[in-house]
Amino acid sequence: METKPVNFKNLSREESYGYDRKTLDYIRNAAAHGLYEIRGMGAKRKLPNFDDLVFLGASMSRYPLEGYREKCITKTLLGTRFAKKPIELDIPITIAGMSFGALSANVKESLGLAATALGTSTTTGDGGMTQEERRSSKTLIYQCLPSRYGFNPDDLRKADAIEVVIGQGAKPGGGGMLLGQKVNPRVAKMRTLPEGVDQRSACRHPDWTGPDDLAIKIQELREITDWEKPIYVKVGATRTFNDVKLAVHSGADVVVVDGMQGGTAATQTCFIEHVGIPTLAAVRQAVNALEDLDMKGKVQLIVSGGIRTGADVAKALAMGADAVAIGQGVLVALGCNGETYFQNGAHHDAIADYNALGTAPGYCHHCHTGKCPVGITTQDAILEQRLSPEVGAKHLKNYIKTLNMELTTIARACGKQNVHHLEPEDLVALTIEAAAMAGVPLAGTNWIPGKGF
Amino acid sequence: MERLTFDLAAQPLRELNTFLHTGAKEGKVGHVTVLNPDGAHNIAVGLDCPIEVEVVGHAGYYAGGMNKSATVTITGSAGTGVAENMMSGKVHVKGFASNGAGASAHGGLLVIEGDAGLRCGISLKGGDIVVGGSVGSFSAFMAQAGRMVICGDAGDALGDSLYEAVLYVKGKVKSLGADAQYEEMTEADIAAVASLLDQAGLDHDPKAFRRIASQRALYHWNADANQEY
Repeated sequence: METKPVNFKNLSREESYGYDRKTLDYIRNAAAHGLYEIRGMGAKRKLPNFDDLVFLGASMSRYPLEGYREKCITKTLLGTRFAKKPIELDIPITIAGMSFGALSANVKESLGLAATALGTSTTTGDGGMTQEERRSSKTLIYQCLPSRYGFNPDDLRKADAIEVVIGQGAKPGGGGMLLGQKVNPRVAKMRTLPEGVDQRSACRHPDWTGPDDLAIKIQELREITDWEKPIYVKVGATRTFNDVKLAVHSGADVVVVDGMQGGTAATQTCFIEHVGIPTLAAVRQAVNALEDLDMKGKVQLIVSGGIRTGADVAKALAMGADAVAIGQGVLVALGCNGETYFQNGAHHDAIADYNALGTAPGYCHHCHTGKCPVGITTQDAILEQRLSPEVGAKHLKNYIKTLNMELTTIARACGKQNVHHLEPEDLVALTIEAAAMAGVPLAGTNWIPGKGF
Repeated sequence: MERLTFDLAAQPLRELNTFLHTGAKEGKVGHVTVLNPDGAHNIAVGLDCPIEVEVVGHAGYYAGGMNKSATVTITGSAGTGVAENMMSGKVHVKGFASNGAGASAHGGLLVIEGDAGLRCGISLKGGDIVVGGSVGSFSAFMAQAGRMVICGDAGDALGDSLYEAVLYVKGKVKSLGADAQYEEMTEADIAAVASLLDQAGLDHDPKAFRRIASQRALYHWNADANQEY
């Protein structure tokens, strides 16, 4: 009797779905090192995302706007609930919070220069405010994080808004990390840490423990700043419906929801890939929570985590966000994962430096090493020279400008004179998963899974 | 110097704090008395000039929070987060303090004559804290810099995940936290404790204190530690 498979040669090389090469590599790494993998960037796995939605452009039933001649407003107001001085931005695209420490001082300056030129805001990170970023940023959001590294009332008073960070999409429930190679003398001094320690940030705030406490903490921040500055509350996306409601209850002017595609400078891979929910699902829950409380338009919503394109921005806005925040896209615009870096008027090959890290352009997530081949996520005195603030700012300005043009192109096609008029009715989903998560019908049907027919 | 009185039974808190941020900086008023605090939260927060504030009674959360240069005295007890993130100056609680007293203080001196609750001196970043009584569990958790003098006892996990802060305890310690260890008291330690007790106005024998600091075994990721912190 024939017992062997007919096509023996190929089947003998069949890759296991459960134990594929990636899993084998993971197990071997764990066995070799006895320590989990830590890396940068966000979730790499395939997730339902904004690409699974499409717009219903105007046609017979709706009237479009002329692409280049008719005005499409992008002005965005944030923090109108309690603050005496709300944030007024020219565009609904902001720069997400990323720390000096994770990023070089040059990069922080680039972000400020570009944001200022674009009429938008940039955000500090775990590690405090640098003079470079305050100087270069017209509108700077100051984060209040669990670690309170470098946190002080002088910078609080210099800020234009305050963002209380509860969590981050890449690691909801976890604190930050900054490995020793990035804790150089300046970073160490700002954070009051010994030079070169593998820094582990707290995951809980030191002086409050729940939403009722947070309400008092927010009041303290308001009292210190004489009720001038908007207070944002940032949550990593998990139980978003309840978390957004509690943030509103605590007195937030603005809620920032960061989905699991959001990036990080260093976190355990198991955390990045397995904790949190996709941004698409989080936006719907956040908007539902605001509508449930009759707070839509009174408390603004900023969405982040995997916003890459103008279409992503338009879709987030149509679902009910007031603005978006971008981190990883911003870094890519600055040169992250590029084959070359631009220094002294010429492009230089960076591939050998990627190879030295065991990676290649296009796959690099080695922010945690501090050896960024293109000089972005580094504190190394030589590497950081590979990105000048002016060159970085120019590329970033181009990138965000492109996104904004794409956003208004889509809004005009949907017949909107204001990008904030985009609405869920303008969207349909291409997959059942996306339809269920985003709460918009599957294309060509009236079916929203979970809502009946 | 003029003296001013705010009665929180009659005046809103915002009026007091706004005066302390603006009018007080003109330097004419040297002393402010706050009457009927009645446990109100956020009394005298964000001060930024060398004024004296006396809160007559009990304060709620974050009294003297983020203080810089001022001297804030609370004659009663203080709620959660008293003198949190203080930069300089002094906050003196005559009664007891709740959780997170002096959390993430970068400088200045916090004196608590009575006991302090959980997580006293958590994330301390350079401030000094003197507690006349005992402190609750998880005190000085992740404390990075600064000093804590505890004249009474300490609860569980004292000094867990300490960085460079140094703790001095006179009474019993229920347990030390991960990476904390007892160390020899040097002459410099005895002098430091004596000076802090003196500044706090507390009378104890500095030689009766034990020193606790970090073993520094958690400073670098170590696969062989087996997470047995």
